[in-house]
Amino acid sequence: MSPWLPILMAVPVVGAIVVALLPKGSDKLAKQVTLAVSLLVLVLTGVMAAGFKPSGERFQFTAAYDWIPSFGVKFGVGVDGVALVLIALSVVLVPIVVLASWHDADGVKTADGTLITPKRSVKTYFSLLLVLETMMIGVFAATDIFLFYVFFEAMLIPMYFMIGSYGGAQRSYAAVKFLLYSLFGGLLMLVAVIGLYVVAGSKTFMFPELVGAIQDPTTQKWLFGGFFIAFAIKAPLWPVHTWLPDAAAQAPAGAAVLLVGVLDKVGTFGMLRFCLELFPDAAKAFTMPIVVLAVISIIYGAIVAIGQTDMKRLIAYTSISHFGFIVLGVFAMSATAQSGAALYMVNHGFATGALFLAAGFLIARRGSPFIGDYGGVQKVAPLLAGFFLVAGLAGLSLPGLSSFVSEFMVMIGTYSSAAHGSGALTVAAVIAALAVILAAVYILWMIQRAMNGPTAEPVKLFKDLNAREVWVLAPLIALIIGFGFFPKPLLDVINPSVHQTLTNVQVPTSTIAEKGTGQ
Amino acid sequence: MESQIAEITQHTGGVIGVSWLMIAFPLLGAFILLVFNRFTNRWGHLLGVAMSLASFVVAVLAFFELIGFGEEARRRAVHLFEFIPGMPGEPPMVDMGLLIDPLSISFALLITGVGSLIHIYSIGYMSHDEHRRRFFAYLNLFVAAMLLLVLADNYVGLFIGWEGVGLASYLLIGFWQFKPSAAVAAKKAFVVNRVGDFGLLVGMFVIWTTFGTLAFKDLAAQTSGVENGTTLAIGLLLLLGACGKSAQLPLQSWLLDAMEGPTPVSALIHAATMVTAGVYLVVRSGAFFFHEGSGAALAVAIVGAATLLAGAIIGCAKDDIKKGLAGSTMSQIGYMMLGAGLGPAGYAFAIGHLITHGFFKADMFLGAGSVMHGMNDEVDMRKYGALRKVMPVTFITFFIGYLAIIGFPLLSGYFTKDGIIETAVHHQPVLGWLAVLGAGITGFYMSRMVFMTFFGQKRWADDAHPHESPAVMTWPLIILSIGSIFLGGYLILSNTLMLFLSPAVGRPAELPEFHFTSVPGLATLALVAVGAAFAWMRYGRVEVPAVQPRGNFLTTFARRDLYGDALNESLFMRPGQWLTRIAVFFDNRGVDGLVNGLAAGIGGSSGRLRRIQTGFARTYALSILIGAALLTGALLLVGNI
Repeated sequence: MSPWLPILMAVPVVGAIVVALLPKGSDKLAKQVTLAVSLLVLVLTGVMAAGFKPSGERFQFTAAYDWIPSFGVKFGVGVDGVALVLIALSVVLVPIVVLASWHDADGVKTADGTLITPKRSVKTYFSLLLVLETMMIGVFAATDIFLFYVFFEAMLIPMYFMIGSYGGAQRSYAAVKFLLYSLFGGLLMLVAVIGLYVVAGSKTFMFPELVGAIQDPTTQKWLFGGFFIAFAIKAPLWPVHTWLPDAAAQAPAGAAVLLVGVLDKVGTFGMLRFCLELFPDAAKAFTMPIVVLAVISIIYGAIVAIGQTDMKRLIAYTSISHFGFIVLGVFAMSATAQSGAALYMVNHGFATGALFLAAGFLIARRGSPFIGDYGGVQKVAPLLAGFFLVAGLAGLSLPGLSSFVSEFMVMIGTYSSAAHGSGALTVAAVIAALAVILAAVYILWMIQRAMNGPTAEPVKLFKDLNAREVWVLAPLIALIIGFGFFPKPLLDVINPSVHQTLTNVQVPTSTIAEKGTGQ
Repeated sequence: MESQIAEITQHTGGVIGVSWLMIAFPLLGAFILLVFNRFTNRWGHLLGVAMSLASFVVAVLAFFELIGFGEEARRRAVHLFEFIPGMPGEPPMVDMGLLIDPLSISFALLITGVGSLIHIYSIGYMSHDEHRRRFFAYLNLFVAAMLLLVLADNYVGLFIGWEGVGLASYLLIGFWQFKPSAAVAAKKAFVVNRVGDFGLLVGMFVIWTTFGTLAFKDLAAQTSGVENGTTLAIGLLLLLGACGKSAQLPLQSWLLDAMEGPTPVSALIHAATMVTAGVYLVVRSGAFFFHEGSGAALAVAIVGAATLLAGAIIGCAKDDIKKGLAGSTMSQIGYMMLGAGLGPAGYAFAIGHLITHGFFKADMFLGAGSVMHGMNDEVDMRKYGALRKVMPVTFITFFIGYLAIIGFPLLSGYFTKDGIIETAVHHQPVLGWLAVLGAGITGFYMSRMVFMTFFGQKRWADDAHPHESPAVMTWPLIILSIGSIFLGGYLILSNTLMLFLSPAVGRPAELPEFHFTSVPGLATLALVAVGAAFAWMRYGRVEVPAVQPRGNFLTTFARRDLYGDALNESLFMRPGQWLTRIAVFFDNRGVDGLVNGLAAGIGGSSGRLRRIQTGFARTYALSILIGAALLTGALLLVGNI
């Protein structure tokens, strides 16, 4: 029994309560407390992660407490490599988002000078952020599937309020759409969770004990379907993706970062852990249809992104394309591709986070998300334009930046995957690779329109990034460049975990086995 | 013939052991200049120059250390770090390291040597630009990326450098990004290059899947020297990559637009170094995928021959001096590709031409920059004329570069280009004679450029007061022109370069001998003379009209870059735009409409949907309740409670 994970989950909640109980009018204090708490969680996670042994037990820092003993439900937590890096991603992003959202809940001044305040108070926003942090840690740490489900659903609540109460003009529509989609998926998963419990008949929800519990192929397929659809909506995968552009565009930039950077990863994380390991035969049977959906997502998301006029929607569509890559990597049944997919989840969080936040800073200066309302920002705010460019380049997976490594691994692993003879996955990898061209178009065209050219009249009044904004973006950019050249620390943690997953799915776990057969 | 290629040995210690410093110096320079921003404004350019020079010094020292080894031991691999680790207990997927061998060190010397001269020149050229510091940051970034490209000991490292130079090129073409034309050109260059990168990327997939490695060292042990379907496919994919970076047909269209960047950029990136990366890729991969006489090698040669003609034809019709030089760059790289497609017999000449071209083309680009510097940034040669008297140094150095590029006997270009032509005529007669024809056209368009710029009558704008450029700009010109005179003879005459390179790329069984009076050589000279004479008749003897006359359809064809842009537009851009529009429409109406409709259908009506929005908490509570009820019900059913 290790107290680490329960402590990590408790600290933000306690912080949230403290923030919520602060007297009215102490907004600044609320922000400071939130920042301090989130930094504390970051430090604690760092200390914990330092004690993680990649070559040790699969699940480490485990703890399990009886919760609903009559159903065998436990408060069971523990992390493997993939879960650990995703928790790390979450706790890195939270303080950055706190700092980035410093004024997001303060209200917006309109052109005629009136202040429009959001529906709820400043301290509620920051309190919600901390609650969300606990749930993000919890959902990745849960080793009890019922507990996972609870976090999976409960995460919706703070996000729903963050979008619905602090978002843009269409926030209600976006928030409800987000919730309806997620609830629909959640319901399917709930049925599958129950089904799993019932069919396995071992009176437990603990994941390690349920691996290999379902042997009947037909049952596997039905249960797999329930989990997969829930995760596909969450990820999101084409064609159930349309909630994301609305939600991401209407959410405040900080909330959008957590939504796309972390919450959506629960979908791909769930596929990797639950869909594959609990239902290996079904996963193999459904590989091709899922690969097709993933490739459609990659290309379709990129093409629709090119055609967007709204910056945040554009970034959301690029994410749909990137999630396609992650799903492709998860289901390519290749060690290289799957490690790449897990790494992609982390890298995408940093890259898209940086891009969303930079776009948020830009939008905050002009009050418009439309690319056409900008132009020539580079000349008046070179720092902002510079950060925006680097974040954008990470979005187009420029080699030397972190996203390249993961995208490369996914593609090359998929291409060489021995899972389906040669043909289909090879073709999938080649089509996916076309996205490198489309990505250049959607990112650089946006930059050309917003940042280059003659400076638009309202843009001339822009101030460059202030110190707070630099502190928001600089760490992300540093991580993007650092892991771009040296992804080893992440991969050393991820690889054993992927190795374990693929062993459970009974596909070759060796990168060597994937290669050297063509000649 | 591959047997002459030496094996790669692991190396530690010495200058070669720290050859990563070559990359680190300019990278550090770029980092300091970008991060410390305007605090470095005052001395930023000096730091940029110093870093480039430091890199050059390391390259020179490494070169001397390398030739200290015996010929068979001149391929030294230096391990840097584990880049992509493998699964537990397995060797890494990609190990990052550098390969210092005669081929890579030749490039490193060219990149850092000519690169440093261009850095120095830029101090003067960019002295009036308020963002000079940023310019030097990008130049440093470029040098670092280009060095990684040529020094990496594996395809992934090469690819990082490959796209890194693409980024630097994007930043530098768009350096004056407030000009919409510059911003568009920068984006175009990057996107077109990415089409090539797609080829290189997929090529790497196939290499990895087939050979289980992306490291040159392991590939050398695995490739058999015989072409089959797989290696042909790899060769063609790599060729696509090479076409993008080296502006070869069909991916040439970006280079002419790239002239939007400041002129030193054109000299550094779009003449001397980056655009030759494709040639490097082909020669480096030669032993693996472009065997002499293979289909892939033939494709390289054909692309080269076609581009050398296309570039030359475009060069004939340009009035913009930089675009004329850009056309000629395309054309000269075409020669290099042709040479690279001829196997070990052509490699030394291809690389030789690449080196001499690096000198004389950088010389001429910087000369053009010097002219523009004195002419208020005018680029239209119809507004030049008679500049030889007011800009003597620029004129003389440019004229030397001109003589070198047309292959005037005994100058650098004469030896290297003739080497390619002779070898091509011997191995691929049709392509070889096309190259002879191309040389004649070169004689025409380069003479035209010199006559329009430096001879004839003044056609200057009223406010133009041309003057010679400062010493910081003319000295690099002088040094480059000296190289343009002597380098070719030195490299080619006694096969110096071929012998030096052979441990890395192999060499033909019989060493070639240089003949001053061979048939193709004399034919080339004759055609060049005809071309130059024709140019004299049209642009030297008679007055050049200050306004571009309406040309016949051939002239228009050349002025419009052989309709390359029109072709891209109608084949890719317009259909792409339609596809995007349709996809966006479909996404908003189709997918979303369907799902929303479904949701409304389940909810009863769209009115219900709206009501849910208002009383949400209750609904949510209800759905959780239903969930809980379901769970309990199911558990009861099992009867285990």
